[in-house]
Amino acid sequence: MTVARFQVAAVSAALALCTAMSSPALAQKKYDSGASDTEIKIGNIMPYSGPASAYAAIGKAEEAYFNKVNAEGGINGRKIKFISYDDGYSPPKTVEQARKLVESDGVLLIFGSLGTSTNGAIRKYMNDKKVPQLFVASGASKWNDPKQYPWTMGWQPSYASEARIYAKFVMKEKPDAKIGVLYQNDDFGKDYLKGLKDGLGAKASMIVLEDGYDTSEPAIDEHVVKLKASGADVFLSITTPKFAAQAIKKAAEINWHPVHIISNVSASVGGVLEPAGLEVSQGILSASYAKDGSDPQWNADDGMKKFYNFLAQYDPKANKLDAGVVFGYAAAQTMVKVLQMCGDELTRENVMKQAASLKDFEPDTLLPGIKINTAADNFAPIEQLQMMRFKGRKWELFGDIISSDLGH
Amino acid sequence: MSAAEEVVEGHQAVEAVPKRAMTLGTGTSLVVLAALLIAPVFVKNFIIFQMTMLLIYGLAVLALNILTGGSGQFSLGQSAFYAVGAYTTAVLMEHFNVNYALTLPIAGIVCFGFGFLFGQPALRLSGVYLALATFALATAMPQLLKLNFLEHWTGGVQGLVVTKPDAPFGLPMSQDMWLYYFTLVVVIAIYIFSVNLLRSRSGRAFMAIRDNEIAASAMGVDVALYKTLAFGVSAAITGIAGSLGAIAVQFVAPDSYTITLAISLFLGMVVGGVGWLPGSIVGAAFIIFVPNIAEGISKGLSGAVFGVLLFLVIYLVPHGARQVAILGQQLAGKLRKN
Repeated sequence: MTVARFQVAAVSAALALCTAMSSPALAQKKYDSGASDTEIKIGNIMPYSGPASAYAAIGKAEEAYFNKVNAEGGINGRKIKFISYDDGYSPPKTVEQARKLVESDGVLLIFGSLGTSTNGAIRKYMNDKKVPQLFVASGASKWNDPKQYPWTMGWQPSYASEARIYAKFVMKEKPDAKIGVLYQNDDFGKDYLKGLKDGLGAKASMIVLEDGYDTSEPAIDEHVVKLKASGADVFLSITTPKFAAQAIKKAAEINWHPVHIISNVSASVGGVLEPAGLEVSQGILSASYAKDGSDPQWNADDGMKKFYNFLAQYDPKANKLDAGVVFGYAAAQTMVKVLQMCGDELTRENVMKQAASLKDFEPDTLLPGIKINTAADNFAPIEQLQMMRFKGRKWELFGDIISSDLGH
Repeated sequence: MSAAEEVVEGHQAVEAVPKRAMTLGTGTSLVVLAALLIAPVFVKNFIIFQMTMLLIYGLAVLALNILTGGSGQFSLGQSAFYAVGAYTTAVLMEHFNVNYALTLPIAGIVCFGFGFLFGQPALRLSGVYLALATFALATAMPQLLKLNFLEHWTGGVQGLVVTKPDAPFGLPMSQDMWLYYFTLVVVIAIYIFSVNLLRSRSGRAFMAIRDNEIAASAMGVDVALYKTLAFGVSAAITGIAGSLGAIAVQFVAPDSYTITLAISLFLGMVVGGVGWLPGSIVGAAFIIFVPNIAEGISKGLSGAVFGVLLFLVIYLVPHGARQVAILGQQLAGKLRKN
């Protein structure tokens, strides 16, 4: 087998030499494993089965988007071959699939794999192998660590970024606020809490109580009562959907009406606010970075028109109400942008270099004004969000796009 | 001579477990061993990694086989022992800089103690009740690993990254290949130990309990001791498998050791043939490769395809790989006669 491969390599090297000599213009083309004149291989790992299979919609939307790009002629004439495997949300399986993609399928890069611990399991491997692990689909802030892990980059705003935005909002709108924080006692909640404190900076003393709960607790009523008793007038609920709904309900029951902010994770109308009660949910605040596929206000929006056309033509089975579809579309669009920027130099090093040089890129399905920016020392593509308020049956965006930068 | 004595005498005269019922013949064993030894030289590192995982899951299935096939106790909690082994190794390697090879016996001892202790309350339970109790252990384990006061050691939800060892003495082989051979040696040693254990006095006691607990106790077998012992040994071997798994995957996190793992191991045991030790590797191959095949057939319906394949196996060969092996042997015998 080794011998056979050697021959193939020799032949292709000879061929490459011939073409290089015959046409000097082509000499600039540079390829790593997974890229050629006709094809770019992109790997992906998604939980198509298992507890997190609801997120599989992201992978399917991405695949459909690449099909669209291919149907329109590909990237600089090269077709994308999207190889997506199932890991069932189990880290050991993620390692197996990542190694299969890199060592057996020979992909140029792995794009948009989902999950925090699953991506954590392959981060070291990808960096040892120097294969780009781009646009990780997880909100942990650890993907922005270009010094230690120069081959790994996140995409969506991290939990910490979101929390910093809430900190900015509170400091501006209610400078004398007393903040009560309810947080889920895991990496998600702690990332948030840290972001909040960073955002408040010297004013961290505004937090009068931080109260953690465990996902194993059946109900969080006691915590809400405790927070009311602390005298807080801003209630930051860093909770996952089930607990967010409980907290909204309980606060109404005990007649507590603080400025109530819930995390973007739980900002689902159907999944959280309706079960909690639309009446008691009025005025709740949150933040967002993507357009809502179910919101009629975007029907006339150019970006969303493109999105709806794409769905009709390439992914008719997808549910446009599913935030994962909007997410997958925008992430795939970012990936395509990076590959276009690479030109004919499709090496892993250049892919990382281009991914770290995105300037004011605006995918179709992100809120107007949200721009993707990266740099050699900034591997956090989306760092802006916009505040929104729940009114009637839907979220209403208000105020400016807020950046999570600590400086301004 | 009374009838009862005759029965007892009869038991002693015949070897409790015929050698062939539990293992492969010497010839076959050597062929398999040779194949396992030579194969890595010809394949890519990724395949070597998969073969390493095959051996590791095979070891975990073997451990369950000793417990269920040997002493007749069910366990859906093997993932918990696997996790304890994996975390023991990861914590020792990353926080205390202990050599990876040394962490294996430590993980084994820790898990033996853990399994032995868990075996105590399990004594009062049998059959499906025991399966449920162990199930509870498996569902609790990922949450226990996330506990706050352990987080400093376990890394909480984020898990721990484990450094992969290089080949020692400057041997010219890749990390994957070295780890494969290292795993192979450990697995063979434990396999030989297990075969001998089941053929020993203790093994006969296990099997007497499995076949009839009352009769076993009447014959003077200390039922409580041997039942917990079986749990301990099984847990220790599972723990060592977990250690090797942590080193091979280079990562431990609570999400890696959910109930799904325990059920996979159980499935591997049934597919491989309950009580037939070589079947463990076949069972491990089933749980590693069949999901990949199912995914290749249909991505959206991989679970359903897997279910159909599993159903076919159970329906066609209810005794798993053991049945296939016996059929094969009979066929070979016939051919020889002709």
